[in-house]
Amino acid sequence: MRTIQRTQTFDRAQVRDAVAIAAAMVAVGASFGAIAIAYGLPTWVPFAMSTIVFAGGAQFLAIGLLAAGNPIAAVFAGLLLNARHVPFGLAIGSTMGTGWRRLVGTHVMTDEVVAFTLAEDDPARRRRTYWLMGITLFTSWNVGTLLGVLLGSAVGDYEALGLDAAFPAALIALILPSLRDRPTRIVALTGTAVAVIATPFLPAGLPVLCALLGLLTLIRFGRRREA
Amino acid sequence: MLLAAILVLGVGTYTMRLGGVLLRERLTLSPGLQRLLPMAAAALLAALAGTATLMAGSGFAGVARPAGVAVGALLAWRRAPFVVVVVAAAGVAALLRLAGVD
Repeated sequence: MRTIQRTQTFDRAQVRDAVAIAAAMVAVGASFGAIAIAYGLPTWVPFAMSTIVFAGGAQFLAIGLLAAGNPIAAVFAGLLLNARHVPFGLAIGSTMGTGWRRLVGTHVMTDEVVAFTLAEDDPARRRRTYWLMGITLFTSWNVGTLLGVLLGSAVGDYEALGLDAAFPAALIALILPSLRDRPTRIVALTGTAVAVIATPFLPAGLPVLCALLGLLTLIRFGRRREA
Repeated sequence: MLLAAILVLGVGTYTMRLGGVLLRERLTLSPGLQRLLPMAAAALLAALAGTATLMAGSGFAGVARPAGVAVGALLAWRRAPFVVVVVAAAGVAALLRLAGVD
């Protein structure tokens, strides 16, 4: 009975979650579009970035450096910030499918898509979740960018809407079930502590990668289990 | 130059996205290592959430944002629906800022 109910309500709940995160993405995407125009960059720049790069954090970081006339720094800073996609790809593998599905699907891999995907256990559900979230977020991010370019400063500051708190809270909600596993919890919390402490000292992107050092706590666990 | 920078950043990002996925297919991992990968992803996502909550640039993020995230995290822990978590986190941060607490 329970499994039947769960499969029936799954899609509606997933769509509702997707709409919630998409609404926030539209607002933040609008901020990105508006900032790009406020910097005096050509109109095509935010569109090109939101479609070709499609990585929010890297786009915000790079647009400032591009506007300051420093394209090489923009590329390096953006790539460093996006390096976490390598371990993300290793973790989710070909969830999105193979062949053209993999070639197209990997482009929409973001933090939120990975978090939503890893929150599912069943492979078929994982695939559906990956595509639902990937397409929803790509669309809403680009719609937001368009709104920002059209409306400019009228879109307002997304921090006034509290959306800077919405994204970390969403990630926490998504990874919370996996943190019930004690070794995972210790790895994640140690990694987070390392990343937060490293943030004032390292360029953007590296602190989050330093969270992988949390895996070292497993060495202790392995020994204890053997003992 | 602008277009070249965007293209290099885009192609580089895509390469890293696809690279991890393809690497996973090529490697034959022991069960122990396979268990490690979701843990690594959880650590990265937790660190993203943690740094985005607490830090703004190289300094602390102030009060409103961490407070909003804390309320959201508490609700998530009490198994509130995802939408409630997201709206509550944003709402708390927005209201605190409206009240002049940042």
